[in-house]
Amino acid sequence: MASNITARGNPGRKKIGKDGVLLFLLSTPFIACMIAFNYFPVYGWVYAFFDYKPGIPLAQTPFAGFAHFKAMFDAPDDLINALVNTLAMNFLNILLSPLAIVFAIMLNEVRSTKYKKFVQTFSTLPNFISWVLVFSLTFAFFSTEGLVNTLLAKLGSSHAVDPIGNERITWLFQAGITVWKTLGWSAIIYIAAIAGIDGELYGAAKVDGANRFRAIWHITVPGVLPTFLVLLLLSISNMLSSSFDQYFVFYNPLVAGKIEVLDYYVYRSGIKVGDYPFATAVGMFKTLVSVILLFSVNFVSKKIRGQSMI
Amino acid sequence: MNPIRLGSRTFDLVNYVLLTLFVLLCIYPFYYVFIYSISDPAKVVQGIFLLPAGFELGTYKSILTLPYIKTAFLVSTARTVVGTLLTVVCCSFFSYLLTKDRMLFRKLVYRLLVVTLYINAGLIPWYITMKMLHLDDNFLLYVLPTAVSGFNVILIKTYIEQLPAALEESAMIDGAGYLTLFWQVIFPLCKPIVATVAIFASVGQWNTWMDNYFLVHSPHLKTLQLTLYEFLSSANTFTGMDAASITRNAQNIVLTPESIKMSTTMIVTFPILLVYPFMQRYFVKGIMLGAIKG
Repeated sequence: MASNITARGNPGRKKIGKDGVLLFLLSTPFIACMIAFNYFPVYGWVYAFFDYKPGIPLAQTPFAGFAHFKAMFDAPDDLINALVNTLAMNFLNILLSPLAIVFAIMLNEVRSTKYKKFVQTFSTLPNFISWVLVFSLTFAFFSTEGLVNTLLAKLGSSHAVDPIGNERITWLFQAGITVWKTLGWSAIIYIAAIAGIDGELYGAAKVDGANRFRAIWHITVPGVLPTFLVLLLLSISNMLSSSFDQYFVFYNPLVAGKIEVLDYYVYRSGIKVGDYPFATAVGMFKTLVSVILLFSVNFVSKKIRGQSMI
Repeated sequence: MNPIRLGSRTFDLVNYVLLTLFVLLCIYPFYYVFIYSISDPAKVVQGIFLLPAGFELGTYKSILTLPYIKTAFLVSTARTVVGTLLTVVCCSFFSYLLTKDRMLFRKLVYRLLVVTLYINAGLIPWYITMKMLHLDDNFLLYVLPTAVSGFNVILIKTYIEQLPAALEESAMIDGAGYLTLFWQVIFPLCKPIVATVAIFASVGQWNTWMDNYFLVHSPHLKTLQLTLYEFLSSANTFTGMDAASITRNAQNIVLTPESIKMSTTMIVTFPILLVYPFMQRYFVKGIMLGAIKG
């Protein structure tokens, strides 16, 4: 519609011409798609300011102002708990992220190309399976009738382990699973970074009498550090919305208190309970914190690296 | 042997051992589920470790004849094929159009596209919008939202821009239109980048199930991933509905909820294993996709 009007409305635009209009017309389906699925949902934020109930048009629902935001902070226990869980699990992931560097360096020290390829092939595989499958594999191992408990029983242990249902180790267990799934994949970027290091540096170090460990410490590690820093900053700015799938599939009543992340809290209060406005308000709060995180990380990045991320 | 060389040798040894252990840790879960799935369900409850207990493909046979597994397999395959094709065609044609300076509002459109990388309305607004667009209980929900992906468009656009312009110009003199130019000249040249996009899009499509969980309740549109998730979570809460009905369906083969889960897991994993060898050369490019999307 709009495009037709523009096409007819500006017939005399010489620089763009008929050709330019045609190009624009050809792209309208894609522009429509882009707006419908990226911009249109943002309009949904208005629901946070109304007492919206599904089925009743927005025009007939009373305006609520900031009541839903107030409600969120009036009874903040669930919100704080979800925030703590989100931050704790992401903090653990960030703490463990240098493991990918260690893995890349170890792989780089392997001399046999075939073996290197073998390790890389199989260590990246877990990255490509869905969290449902990860859950299924974990269940096969750690459920009460799973492999680990069967083995423990065979070895004569009367004590059964249940990491899926033990809330005291939930955070660590989830971090461990994340390492299993992502380590090989995250290492690829560091392997690429190591490959980009000037080979002459190693030669010079050898001449100067540096052994392998010194070469790793003084050449390889500083070589991958800039990459690490960028990824670190990205993961900090992303930390409130990471891996909803993961925490969703591993959610169960026994560990609910430790695994409920902000996204899950939004899902629970919105889709399960049906309180759309409140859940939208929580979602907006999450976005706000994310934006603050992004800008502070960007500020730090400017200070340290002298360049902006966005 | 001098101490430095000894240290180096020890390092190599420890290095190989640790790497091998990690690889085993990555492979073994798949192997375990595989041998469990081909074991005799009656014998396997004793516990297996390295070798299957007995040999029985009955679980696979009976699962694959279940109508809703068949449907789920078809739905998952359809969303993967259609979704990937749509992403590839839409993103590459859109990025081709965006490389043309003459295009009306080009700058504005491109800016809008870049901004999509940073905005995310959140779960509830997305949920309500999809319902408003009548995409709930609709196959299009699986394939339309991913058709135009900002990152893919930017990636392909950058690739097209570094192609020599002369190729297109010579075809243009022959009087070919944009569609012909794109399809016959540009698209074939974009193969490497399009392959990367296609392979990551297809894995993404195969693995996605949350849209299904939230918005599609029709059993005819249920994906394989969600079916597996429901198997797992129903056993989790001990309702055992699905498991019980299956045992009744299959007459002469003993089925346990465990063996059903294991076989279904293998069926869901198999297509990934199938494309995996072809994927590896696209990893480094894909990393960039992953770094931004993740």
